[in-house]
Amino acid sequence: MLKVVLRRLLVMPFLLLGIVTATFLLAQFTKGNPLISIIGARNLDNAEIVAAAKARWGLDGSVPERYATYVWNLAHGDLGTSFRTKQPVLTDLAQRLPATLELVICAMFVGAVGGIVLAIVSAEFKDSFADHLARLVALLGSCLPVFWLGLIALFLFTVQTKLLPGPGRLDIRAVAPPTVTGFMLVDTLLAGNWSAFVDALRHLILPALVLGWSVMGIITRMVRASMLDVLGQDYITMARAKGAGRLRVLIHHALANALIPALTILGFTFAYLITGSVLVETIFSWPGIGSYAVDAARSLDYPAITGVTIIGGLGFLLANLLTDIAYAAADPRMREAG
Amino acid sequence: MSLPLLDIRGLAVTIPTRDGEQAAVSNVDFTIDRGEVVGLVGESGSGKSLSMLAVMGLLPRHLHVSGSIRFDGVEICGAPERQMRSLRGRRIAMVFQDPMTALNPVKTIGAQISEMIRLHNPKLGRAEVKERALALLESVAIPAPERRFDQYPHEFSGGMRQRVVIAIAIANDPELLIADEPTTALDVTIQAQIMEIFARLRAERGMAVVLITHDLGLVAGLADRMSVLYAGRVAERGPVGPVFTAPRHPYTAGLLAAVPSIDDVAERLYAIPGTPPSLGARPPGCAFAPRCDFAVPLCRMSEPALLRFGSAVVACHRAEELSLGDLPRKEA
Amino acid sequence: MLFSPPARTIQRPRPRLSASIGRAFRRLGWAHLPVIFALVVLVGLVIIAITIPWWTPYDPIGLAGRRLQPPSAAHWLGTDALGRDVLVRTLYGARYSLPIAAGVLLVAVSLGVLVGALAGFLGGLVDNVLMRLADITLAFPPVLLAMAIAASLGPGLVNTALALIIVWWPIYARLMRAQVLNVRKLDHVDAAIVAGVRPGRLLVRHIMPLCWSPIFVNMTMDVGQVILLAAGLSFIGLGAQPPTPEWGQMIAEGASNFYCWWIALGPGMAIFLVSLSSNFLGDALRDVADPRGRQ
Repeated sequence: MLKVVLRRLLVMPFLLLGIVTATFLLAQFTKGNPLISIIGARNLDNAEIVAAAKARWGLDGSVPERYATYVWNLAHGDLGTSFRTKQPVLTDLAQRLPATLELVICAMFVGAVGGIVLAIVSAEFKDSFADHLARLVALLGSCLPVFWLGLIALFLFTVQTKLLPGPGRLDIRAVAPPTVTGFMLVDTLLAGNWSAFVDALRHLILPALVLGWSVMGIITRMVRASMLDVLGQDYITMARAKGAGRLRVLIHHALANALIPALTILGFTFAYLITGSVLVETIFSWPGIGSYAVDAARSLDYPAITGVTIIGGLGFLLANLLTDIAYAAADPRMREAG
Repeated sequence: MSLPLLDIRGLAVTIPTRDGEQAAVSNVDFTIDRGEVVGLVGESGSGKSLSMLAVMGLLPRHLHVSGSIRFDGVEICGAPERQMRSLRGRRIAMVFQDPMTALNPVKTIGAQISEMIRLHNPKLGRAEVKERALALLESVAIPAPERRFDQYPHEFSGGMRQRVVIAIAIANDPELLIADEPTTALDVTIQAQIMEIFARLRAERGMAVVLITHDLGLVAGLADRMSVLYAGRVAERGPVGPVFTAPRHPYTAGLLAAVPSIDDVAERLYAIPGTPPSLGARPPGCAFAPRCDFAVPLCRMSEPALLRFGSAVVACHRAEELSLGDLPRKEA
Repeated sequence: MLFSPPARTIQRPRPRLSASIGRAFRRLGWAHLPVIFALVVLVGLVIIAITIPWWTPYDPIGLAGRRLQPPSAAHWLGTDALGRDVLVRTLYGARYSLPIAAGVLLVAVSLGVLVGALAGFLGGLVDNVLMRLADITLAFPPVLLAMAIAASLGPGLVNTALALIIVWWPIYARLMRAQVLNVRKLDHVDAAIVAGVRPGRLLVRHIMPLCWSPIFVNMTMDVGQVILLAAGLSFIGLGAQPPTPEWGQMIAEGASNFYCWWIALGPGMAIFLVSLSSNFLGDALRDVADPRGRQ
């Protein structure tokens, strides 16, 4: 186990450098003139302003020079300054990260619980109507475009039936609690503001369900396959021969084993969640990293977009590392090996 | 005579296939008394494991079971799951063939034994359960049970695992123990040790044991009576002694001839030619006829009935006329 | 006789995908309902995409009626903010989404297969360099990479396609490399080497023909994924630009006319149907290619 994790840790810096280099090179190809978004099209003719802006944003100098500056700055945690918000990208991202994390964690919960339940039902009643239905429900989630689903959900639940609040994290008229953790659910509780907590929770329901459903498909598929594999094993018959009930056999004996191989898709699921959250945040006006990235991309704010990309890549690497560790820790046969 | 512990009559198990329902087991009768050891013998696919899984109610749902299975006088064939669950593990327990796959790889040995105890004694305290589990590990001769308790199956050898499986099976002092090829996956010295444990358990606890095997040596060593199954039907049934000395069914005789003996090391072992019929390819008449050296035209036309000959019951048209006691060790 | 190649004695296992597909179709039944559904949807859409200019009642980018009309007999799926017919635009959308998916996959798979085959076959330094390149590409969450690429190249359908190709090639490179490494171990390859088959011919004639099944299965499955991501990029404004009747772009228009639900309905359903079909077809193809994995 240690070996696998160590190897991952060892290649991580190289991959990270690769990511950084790739994003830097990408930014060099940029066709749109980023100066437009800094100083406006009217000032492009004013050589003085252009030179000042270039100097300030580090746009002068040769490509290798800029690359060196770029990597040097990154190594010191400086992702550059956003053209659009005029703030350090790292500050922007730090402000917006909790909103995204809150959404992604809730969605992961929805997806994992829903996916595992669907997988258990469909494996236990293999080839029955329930099996087909469960698989279809899971498949629909991964085939429906999340941005469209979000739109439909908003229309049905906030416009038509008024059951749930619209976009955003809190009601527009509500006073946001002081930011402590950045997690709205936690901050409202810390402030002792119960009604704001309920409001935040209600705002979270739709985006979390939409995003969660979109990853349910892969989770169901993976867990179902490994459940079917496990259910055919002798120790399952043995557990039943002990007199254990069907539910106990399914959860306690089968699921505990089936989840181990299913853990390998954790990293994969993370990629799906990032994709989904970019689109879901846009639909639900969620002030997270996804909508920040969209705004940045639209306004050719390339320090911001490369910053998001690097942080996303880093997150992806960490997710894969976590997958390895979880995989090794979950299986007693792997725990001591290596 | 008192009621037998397990009384199976006319058991049939059918498997749905592309060409309709196929009988994997048909018209099997089987009884076992308290404290008795009965060998259930046959090649793989002869229906011995299926019959016993039917007793446990553990057959896959798509298999169809009919006939009568009475346990301690109560009909349990088709009994509701709740009733079967209270029997399984408490009054009827099972030892599986392959100890490498019968234990849950992600649970400790201790947890797996404790589960068996706790399932049927929900009121027992944690300490008591552990105490009983440790005692069980000791009773199947596992050294250092305290240390072994928190280990995982992969830290045990095959023989040690089979002891654990047996310890789990006997945890609640079942009246009936079904041992499905308990030593097939183990090497010979371990086999002997495991059989020793069975013999001791039977003597100490008086449990009835159904010993499913294709190894007649094990039957000779432990069983009182034996039943030979061929292609899902009973071929011959009777007390071990008479069946061994004077088998009446050519199949039984063939199996006996295939057992190596110390007396004639140099000779080649007898092997029954051919293979058992596959499901759905059952010939008319006696299923064994195509492989039988003694088959006459009648054998290929009508299926022989089970008839009593002395202390045994045999399904062979020629049981009366054949003398098979000295068939073994002919030229192969 | 003297010159007959010894390789003949060991039969090369034949790729059995096509043969098995035929067998599978002979036993059409309930279980094949998803496949039939998928084929009807995909073939139907392709036919519509090709023929629509000849029979369309409205211009996809011209005025068709009054603005923001709900569905009616004249406009089955209503009209959008510029008075264009939503159904006609949705059907025209197939002329963008399907070619993009096909083009992206064709290029990404060709590139990936080439890289993967070379890496797996040559090994050593080539393998290392090519695969580390793939690793770095795979280290990005796809959407962010595509966004960064689309943002730096500028919005537009061609650039979106380019971004998607960059996202997808390493997946196929890895898949192909693993396949080549597996097939290399088979007996007939050794036999061919002993017979003196040149390396190039060995790769193309003896190894690659056995590598295709998982590539095809993945490709079929990925049609839906490519269309979803392409539409997503258009939705956030990085892909097709107005007035192109591209599905993701149309949903974005629907989002800005939030109360007129019908504007987004057509393109959303279209994306969904294509993606569902590609999943159904991919699943069926995988069952045929690998009967052991059927579950």
